[in-house]
Amino acid sequence: MRDWLLLLLLALACSLLPLAGDNYVLRLGTIVAMYAVLAQSWNFIGGLAGYPSFATAAFFGLGAYTSAVLLSYGAPTGLAWTAAGGMACLFAALIGGAILHLKGHYFAIASLAVGEVLREVVNTTPDLTGGGMGMNLPVPKLSVAAAAQTFYFSMLALAALTTAAAIIVQRSRLGFGLRCIQQNEDAANILGVNAYGYKTAAFCLSAVFAGMAGAIYASWVHYIEPPDVFDILLAVKPLVMVLLGGIGTVFGPIIGAFLLIAFEELVWRSFLTIHAAMLGGIIVVLVLFMPNGLLALVRSGLARLRPAGPKP
Amino acid sequence: MTALLALEGVSRRFGGLAALDTVTLSVEAGEILGLIGPNGAGKTTLINVVTGVHPATAGRVLLQGEDITRLKPYRIARKGLARTFQIVQPFPRMSVLENVAAGAVFAGAAPSLKEGLRLSREHLAFTGLAQIADKPASTLTLAQRKRLELAKGLAMNPRFLMLDEVNAGLNSSEVDEALAMIRRIAERGVTILVIEHLMKVVVSVSTRLAVLHHGALIAVGTPREVLADRGVIEAYLGEKYAARLAGARPAEGA
Repeated sequence: MRDWLLLLLLALACSLLPLAGDNYVLRLGTIVAMYAVLAQSWNFIGGLAGYPSFATAAFFGLGAYTSAVLLSYGAPTGLAWTAAGGMACLFAALIGGAILHLKGHYFAIASLAVGEVLREVVNTTPDLTGGGMGMNLPVPKLSVAAAAQTFYFSMLALAALTTAAAIIVQRSRLGFGLRCIQQNEDAANILGVNAYGYKTAAFCLSAVFAGMAGAIYASWVHYIEPPDVFDILLAVKPLVMVLLGGIGTVFGPIIGAFLLIAFEELVWRSFLTIHAAMLGGIIVVLVLFMPNGLLALVRSGLARLRPAGPKP
Repeated sequence: MTALLALEGVSRRFGGLAALDTVTLSVEAGEILGLIGPNGAGKTTLINVVTGVHPATAGRVLLQGEDITRLKPYRIARKGLARTFQIVQPFPRMSVLENVAAGAVFAGAAPSLKEGLRLSREHLAFTGLAQIADKPASTLTLAQRKRLELAKGLAMNPRFLMLDEVNAGLNSSEVDEALAMIRRIAERGVTILVIEHLMKVVVSVSTRLAVLHHGALIAVGTPREVLADRGVIEAYLGEKYAARLAGARPAEGA
């Protein structure tokens, strides 16, 4: 109940943003919402099931290209975005069958390869996707301000939807089973958890919303090319955000997305040449000093502040 | 009458090693079957074969006449075959209660998570873990972890429960408690297979004994028969120990 209330308040607060800022702020808001979707997506497979996936970029790019191709054939926007999610989900189910039996580092590397393969597929099919030349998308007949608002609210709605899915999953049999798998997969199997099915479900969940985010992103920027939408950073940043906010939690990914993008805007623009090193620095600090993320840090801090006495 | 569980000529090879070699064995409903043998005899492999962790490379495993040889572990678990692990396997960052609930939710009778948690409290009370229900499993002592394994197995609402050295590493009063618990589980109508190294323990609790040696079944029968078996004495017990055990009291009805 508390989670739903928090989500509602957060969504309401975020939808007031257009009143408070110009298009620059809205653009930042759209990026935060997009990364909230990606971080939340990664949390299904990486946080709940404990499978360190680097396939987020693959799903994002696949969604972007699916939608772009459909739009170029004149499909309505809503249909193209939905189909992008469906395509990413289907792809995850198929690819999951091939790589979800791998564990740990082996799974991570295999999932990393998925995006690279897709990138090459796009590069070698110029007739359909424009190949390395990239692809132009139809520009919506909207004013700059209206377009900024439309894409901000689209991405925000998707982030809310993804978070709602996270809340539902966390309380369901599926979420419980995934936590079992994360902590001890062999024991989970012996207790009757269909580990393979559950992992595939988590992988599909980590794909469907990421694919839709890719589709909205493509419509937003009007032009996509393989190095842009299959960028490895699209797989790495969501992971860092989840670690930053709190792995396996409902709101950790959102907090992490907000913090990292804010950090990026405020600090990285002063360190243009070494910003990749800054990201590496953050990862090292995270792993060493707060493996459970900020949420856990805040909680334990609060617990320490409370006067000692009988627990509630 | 069909046996609850039947192994028909079951073998399991790991490369050139036959960990189980054409074992034929049937378990009748309601009995407590003790499985003994030297280290590396294939006792745990037998459980792994039955539960589908390492499927048989030859032969068949039948559960009340139904062939389950090639089923996935989770399907076998849902059919009411539960096991404990020799090396305990808790979900370390979950509470004791949640650990047990996993068994109830995924293989047992619980239709929902909530119901699973409710049912699990009963199993915790039965195994004497109720006071520590909310502690993380990683903080438990070895004896508590062994009991947690039992509680998880029970939560699966099993027809057949396989206990892989639930007494290893326990002190003698803890062993006595565990034995009493095994007997009470059997009284509920659960058929039990016990792997056990402490001969006194296994002789006192089992209604029947089976002996594995180098992957082959060398004797099956009442504890009295098996302890007097020449092959078993030579392979496992040794002359002196067998004589001593024969002097001790075997299980009633033997």
